[in-house]
Amino acid sequence: MILDSKVPSGPIEDAWDSHRFDIKLVNPANKRRFKIIVVGTGLAGASAAATFGELGYEVDAFTFHDSPRRAHSIAAQGGINAAKNYRNDGDSIYRLFYDTVKGGDYRSREANVYRLSQVSVNIIDQMASQGVPFAREYGGLLANRSFGGAQVSRTFYARGQTGQQLLLGAYQQMMAQVNAGKVNLHTNQEMLEVVTKDGEAHGIVTRDLNTGQVRSHSAHAVVLATGGYGNVFYLSTNAMACNVTAAWRAHRKGALFANPCYTQIHPTCIPQADEFQSKLTLMSESLRNDGRIWVPRNADETRKAKDIPEDERYYYLEEKYPAFGNLVPRDVASRNAKTVVDAGQGVGPLKNGVYLDFASAIGRDGKDTIEERYGNLFEMYERITGEDPYSTPMRIYPASHYTMGGLWVDYNLQTNIPGLYAAGEANFSDHGANRLGASALMQGLADGYFVLPYTIGDSLAAKLGTDPMSTADPAFQEAEKAVQDRTQHFLGIGGTKSPDYYHRELGKVVWEHIGMARNEAGLTTAISEIKAIREAFWNDVKVLGNGDSLNSSLEKVGRVADFMELGELMARDALDRSESCGGHFREESQTEEGEALRRDDVFSHVSAWEWQGDVNTPQIKHKEELEFEYVALSQRSYK
Amino acid sequence: MSTELNLTLQVWRQAAPDAPGSFVTYEAKNIPDDSSFLEMLDIVNEGLIDNDVEPIEFPHDCREGICGTCGVMINGRAHGQERATATCQLHMRKFSDGDTIAIEPWRAAAFPVIKDLIVDRSPMDKIIQAGGYITAPTGTGGDANDTLIPKEVAESAMDAAACIGCGACIAACPNSAGQLFTSAKLWHLNSLPQGQPERFTRTESMVDTMEQFFGACTNHGECAEACPKEISLDFIAYMNGDYIKAKIKNRSRSSQ
Repeated sequence: MILDSKVPSGPIEDAWDSHRFDIKLVNPANKRRFKIIVVGTGLAGASAAATFGELGYEVDAFTFHDSPRRAHSIAAQGGINAAKNYRNDGDSIYRLFYDTVKGGDYRSREANVYRLSQVSVNIIDQMASQGVPFAREYGGLLANRSFGGAQVSRTFYARGQTGQQLLLGAYQQMMAQVNAGKVNLHTNQEMLEVVTKDGEAHGIVTRDLNTGQVRSHSAHAVVLATGGYGNVFYLSTNAMACNVTAAWRAHRKGALFANPCYTQIHPTCIPQADEFQSKLTLMSESLRNDGRIWVPRNADETRKAKDIPEDERYYYLEEKYPAFGNLVPRDVASRNAKTVVDAGQGVGPLKNGVYLDFASAIGRDGKDTIEERYGNLFEMYERITGEDPYSTPMRIYPASHYTMGGLWVDYNLQTNIPGLYAAGEANFSDHGANRLGASALMQGLADGYFVLPYTIGDSLAAKLGTDPMSTADPAFQEAEKAVQDRTQHFLGIGGTKSPDYYHRELGKVVWEHIGMARNEAGLTTAISEIKAIREAFWNDVKVLGNGDSLNSSLEKVGRVADFMELGELMARDALDRSESCGGHFREESQTEEGEALRRDDVFSHVSAWEWQGDVNTPQIKHKEELEFEYVALSQRSYK
Repeated sequence: MSTELNLTLQVWRQAAPDAPGSFVTYEAKNIPDDSSFLEMLDIVNEGLIDNDVEPIEFPHDCREGICGTCGVMINGRAHGQERATATCQLHMRKFSDGDTIAIEPWRAAAFPVIKDLIVDRSPMDKIIQAGGYITAPTGTGGDANDTLIPKEVAESAMDAAACIGCGACIAACPNSAGQLFTSAKLWHLNSLPQGQPERFTRTESMVDTMEQFFGACTNHGECAEACPKEISLDFIAYMNGDYIKAKIKNRSRSSQ
């Protein structure tokens, strides 16, 4: 299979404009004759559905939540990047592009990233016109901050709730289209199959989570905006329901899954307190702007943080990376935290964290200023841990947060299955091997507002005059039967352990061997351990209740089943990529100083994996070679 | 280090929307006090599954107090006794060993029970759909800094926009009124320059839709008391002011 990225030729500055001119348009009067399915109503899905509706398309939007506003985009705290250069500090589209390619450790597609940087400015205009209450200066202008290692202030924010406010903006815009009758909203519907025929996508099959009803929906195009797969780790910052199922069902129908081993481990989360913990809570990375990270120099330290004198504290990021200090990129901060905790220098009752200390910042700027900047985050921390971060340093530790891998898409965001698109975190396209802070919101909205609405027309134009395939077609009937059979199968296993039990077992293996640092032996072990857990799961999982009413165990078991298969593919992908890049630190590939060593000669490509028909036949890898014409490849150095 | 609690739970179990429900008593043993209220329910559910009892269905998702999915009545109070705290952010260290805890679904006629502790809150989306937006189709916005918004105006809009749509205000209200939820969205949009053109059509449409589903407000203030985001009662006054103006501005003139 040859992967055609469809990246336009010519200078990168003009690529998107010329591409938009070259792709086919759909006449305004004809748009109503096309039906588009959008699965997922987070930032990417809601913004796409709203815009399709405004353009005149007939849209069916699906969410498995009770309301579209619950999507996990809502939990993003810190902000959204845009190359507005409002601070006059030297930012530009080119600089955002450059930073994103470099931050992604040269494993993303240049043309996609350039386009992302271009439309970033339109996103801020769009969201401001929607009434998103971004932070303002006293003069009424938009406020900015520097975020996650950026050397310019290009991040826009709404207190610590930027994701919430952006999602509500997109949700409200979509609800206006629901009101106008252009978007048909389906809540409590989980997509469980993508329906294909003759190699093209024709629709989906959903299960109503309240009634168990299985239904087919057909359309001219299907967009998956179903988020990332960070919950494969069991403990992550994702919401409990986040899952890979929609993307995985597409993968099993032939869609390539790209770079599954690229997951982001966020450095600033509250450490696990006990075995029953169900999720890890993120503390916004913006805290690293003012907090100083340290651990005791002595692994046997027993004193409280405030009683440990300065010279016995190890400010490891400031010492190792004097230029960037506490603001090194996420992967570097995470890996270094793991190093000190593994060395026994961890803090807290389980010695599984590092300190994030605001004493210097409070001394310098005053408590009021710190409270204004981070008040809600400090409150959240205190609520969860029972400790007051104004007087005691926070304890933080990395946790799975975002997944850069996802469905392979071309420049049009179309998967290798014609008619099937993927947007937002569900695709692999823009972040390479590591995502910069405040870039996830940017990408989700870029895809939904400013990319898909143009590119989807290119494939629709050719279908003018055709109706969507009938849901009476055998392809739909088979897909419905597959969903019903799987439901009945799970209910009939009658095993001894809950889906959560198996999910936790899987998560331990994924965290241990496919987490922040990986090696060949560990990855090989992971593959065999995951297989064993998967086999035990299929023989021994216990799902009570029935398939005709709300049954959260039944919802969960299907998602865990897909995570098992994904986890194995992550291990295979990580094993294959024997280089360190971005969030993926391969122990066999490091410099003499212990820093990540990329191997551009061998691995400057996207690994896109093709399903081989059954779970016991490993996927085959296809390569999309990456070319860097604008950003010179170099080893990242933050010293 | 964490200590452990032993608790007695009285949980509302109801198999289906039209099935009769009842309180069922469960013992919750060895609950770490660092766990959250929902993690406590997870532990109880694991025990139920081990004993072949169907687990308690409860609403939850992000577990960090922002998605608005969770929410149950805890000892008769929406989201429990802690101020400004969603159920998922309530931790067991706020309870004592030996406590009995009653857990019920949101109480409101407009929120029918789907199963156990999960209710149908779709009327809240209907209110947003009726006008909870600013009409600004994609691509039509001018430069974001062309419209200046004084810091205090943006802050006040943000105070209202912080609503997570959980429905606690409605569940806590003796009249099951939707005023706090509706007025929060109205103030968010009506207080901003971008929201002015549709201000009065929006207000009338959202209020009228609200009244199709929810009860009348009699200023008890239970809503603000229960709100995990401390949405202010003042927004209801602003809404009422705008609604009166809307009724005048939106009426058709007598000679037309």
